[in-house]
Amino acid sequence: MKRIHIKNGRIIDPANDVDSIGSVYVADGKIVAVNTELDGFQADEVIDAQDKIVCPGFVDLSTRLREPGQSRKATFQSETLAAASAGITSLCLQPDTKPVIDTPAVAELIKELAEKANYPQIYPIAALTQKLEGNELSSMLSLKQAGCIAVGNASKPISNLLILRRAMEYAASHDLLLMFRPNDYWLGNKGCAHEGEIATRYGLPSIPDAAESIALGQCLELAELTGCRVHFGQLSCKRSVIKIHQANKYGLKVTADVAIHQLHLTENDMIPFDSAYHVLPPLRTEADKQYLRQGLAGETITCICSDHQPHDVDAKLGAFPETEPGISSLETLLPLMLKLVAQHAITLHQGIAAITQNPAAILGLPAGALTVGYPADICVFDAEMSWQINQDNWKSKGVNTPFWGETMKGRVTETLQAGRVIYRLAAGVDKS
Amino acid sequence: MSNLQLTAEGKLKHFLTIEGLSQSLLTEILDTAESFVNPTDQQIKKVPLLRGKTIVNLFFENSTRTRTTFELAAKRLSADVLSMSISTSSTSKGESLLDTIRNLEAMYVDMFVVRHGLSGAAHFIAQQTANHISVINAGDGQHAHPTQAMLDMFTIRQVKKDFSQLRVAIIGDILHSRVARSQILALNTLGAAEVRVIAPKTLLPAHVQTLGVSVCHNLNEGLQDIDVIIMLRLQKERMTSALLPSESEYFKCFGLTESKLKIAKPDAIVMHPGPINRGVEIDSKVADGPQSVILQQVSNGIAVRMAIMSMAMQPQGAI
Repeated sequence: MKRIHIKNGRIIDPANDVDSIGSVYVADGKIVAVNTELDGFQADEVIDAQDKIVCPGFVDLSTRLREPGQSRKATFQSETLAAASAGITSLCLQPDTKPVIDTPAVAELIKELAEKANYPQIYPIAALTQKLEGNELSSMLSLKQAGCIAVGNASKPISNLLILRRAMEYAASHDLLLMFRPNDYWLGNKGCAHEGEIATRYGLPSIPDAAESIALGQCLELAELTGCRVHFGQLSCKRSVIKIHQANKYGLKVTADVAIHQLHLTENDMIPFDSAYHVLPPLRTEADKQYLRQGLAGETITCICSDHQPHDVDAKLGAFPETEPGISSLETLLPLMLKLVAQHAITLHQGIAAITQNPAAILGLPAGALTVGYPADICVFDAEMSWQINQDNWKSKGVNTPFWGETMKGRVTETLQAGRVIYRLAAGVDKS
Repeated sequence: MSNLQLTAEGKLKHFLTIEGLSQSLLTEILDTAESFVNPTDQQIKKVPLLRGKTIVNLFFENSTRTRTTFELAAKRLSADVLSMSISTSSTSKGESLLDTIRNLEAMYVDMFVVRHGLSGAAHFIAQQTANHISVINAGDGQHAHPTQAMLDMFTIRQVKKDFSQLRVAIIGDILHSRVARSQILALNTLGAAEVRVIAPKTLLPAHVQTLGVSVCHNLNEGLQDIDVIIMLRLQKERMTSALLPSESEYFKCFGLTESKLKIAKPDAIVMHPGPINRGVEIDSKVADGPQSVILQQVSNGIAVRMAIMSMAMQPQGAI
């Protein structure tokens, strides 16, 4: 394994409270030194990170890579390349694959696919209930032993609260983290847009914010009752932020993330009936967006995820309500995070911590930090480099992003996963 | 949104929604429609405006009235018309909306008249279809039914002449009504003094006031000072989805009877887009009474649809 010396970069490592220009040394796939000069270190490769930022590789709490089962949309091959090019070195896979991750065999298949794609750090989330149907518990312990990092029900609701209680008790017995996307099925009313001005004007079936905050409130109560560790995913509204804030204030240890696009887009940004904006939870109001940003700044919400959902072109061709929801978002994670910093919504340290240290801590992974002895997951990026989202630059097989054609600032130049360079920006690449 | 249905010169190309259309364009539609009606006998002449053109009525949802008037309108314009009920043919075999459109395009048609159960379907078709084809929205989901709104405006103008002093009440299931959304846009664009919606909260969209209407939950209060009453059809399934307790309670609270009608201005007119549920939203005596213009609306549907179809075909070289 290569010995790598990354030099001259601005090292930002919130976990170790580091922000200085210096060197990172990598050997045997691990970090061997940060900022202390290693005399006599024989580097096989030197990466000059002059004018760049060197930080831990990103940890993404919610993705879909569409395998197994939907390889027409995307593959491990295509999406891990996209992830690597975006600086992401660890990612959680939602259990709504086909078949669902509710048996050890599927979890093992995912591990195999990850090895084959040369991107081993894919962490499946086990289905909380069999087939995600919300009726019977999955074999959580076996799934944990097969490599699942947490349990969750993807975007499928569990309408019977007794079953949710039992599932949380069982998960707590095996010290499993529940990753929960709150969404009340009945209040959601099969909607496809936020219950607001836009859905009213265009006659779109709509989802009130209460569909999320009520489900979140119920799950908070059950977290108290069962002692289950809960992480709330992809929050979209003001009331959810308030509820998490209150829960934390009263000593309930729960965490939360937000999908990156919720921090930038609202219902008013939607081009009428443009399916690129069809995403669940739906894009909400300016007030919701501001609360989510404040939640991040005030560290009520500690993580940002991509909530990556690549689709084939056909999935997005149709009348808005019949198109499939989701945004292909791995590659916009870093530039959109940097945009939050540029807009003074959060600090650069908060932004980096939200995609490194904090998600890694929630998952209990030795990642998200440049700690000596940790696997060398490292991202080197140029915060000033502009690039356009177009066919030449985009790696994901899913081109379903509302940001298509936009020019973004912030580009990854090198990504290391466990000491291996898994991505390097080609020289002479289009910088316009 | 508005650009999609207009040419670079601001002429109508598709007719998908009232949103984004100017007052002068709406007035032009009404004036054009008037030119198709013979002033002496109120009959509609046959004109050769769309001779040699092929119009396909694509109805993904059932409809009798709208489809028939579109067919008649196309025939009076001398176009060739083909009416297809898609729910019973292709889509049940798994063919996508887009494939259906592509296949018809390949048969060299000039215009699609589309009705579909999902909001945005007509926009989608207009975006995807070949450039020379015009798309007329004959109702998409809960979004828009702009030709219905225009024939209603035509009827109102026939009787009331001027919009600026008018107070219009729309009563009933606004939430699920594409007709109401288009009527509200049209009335506001044409400068009506007030558009008032009257319904229980369960039948109103959550942010209905943002459509530019005043809101009332009580029919007796809501009918005061009203010049035009538009009743909406109440679908039976609203009872089973817990939006209303019963037809009889709805009729008691929101049904238009002769005595309720007296609350409105004495010369108020009563409209309904049809088909009507007698004894549910409207009493027969009112529906068939002297203030009702419901059948006039139906007749006007032909002239207004002729106007819209011929205007939309102008950029494509209609005579």
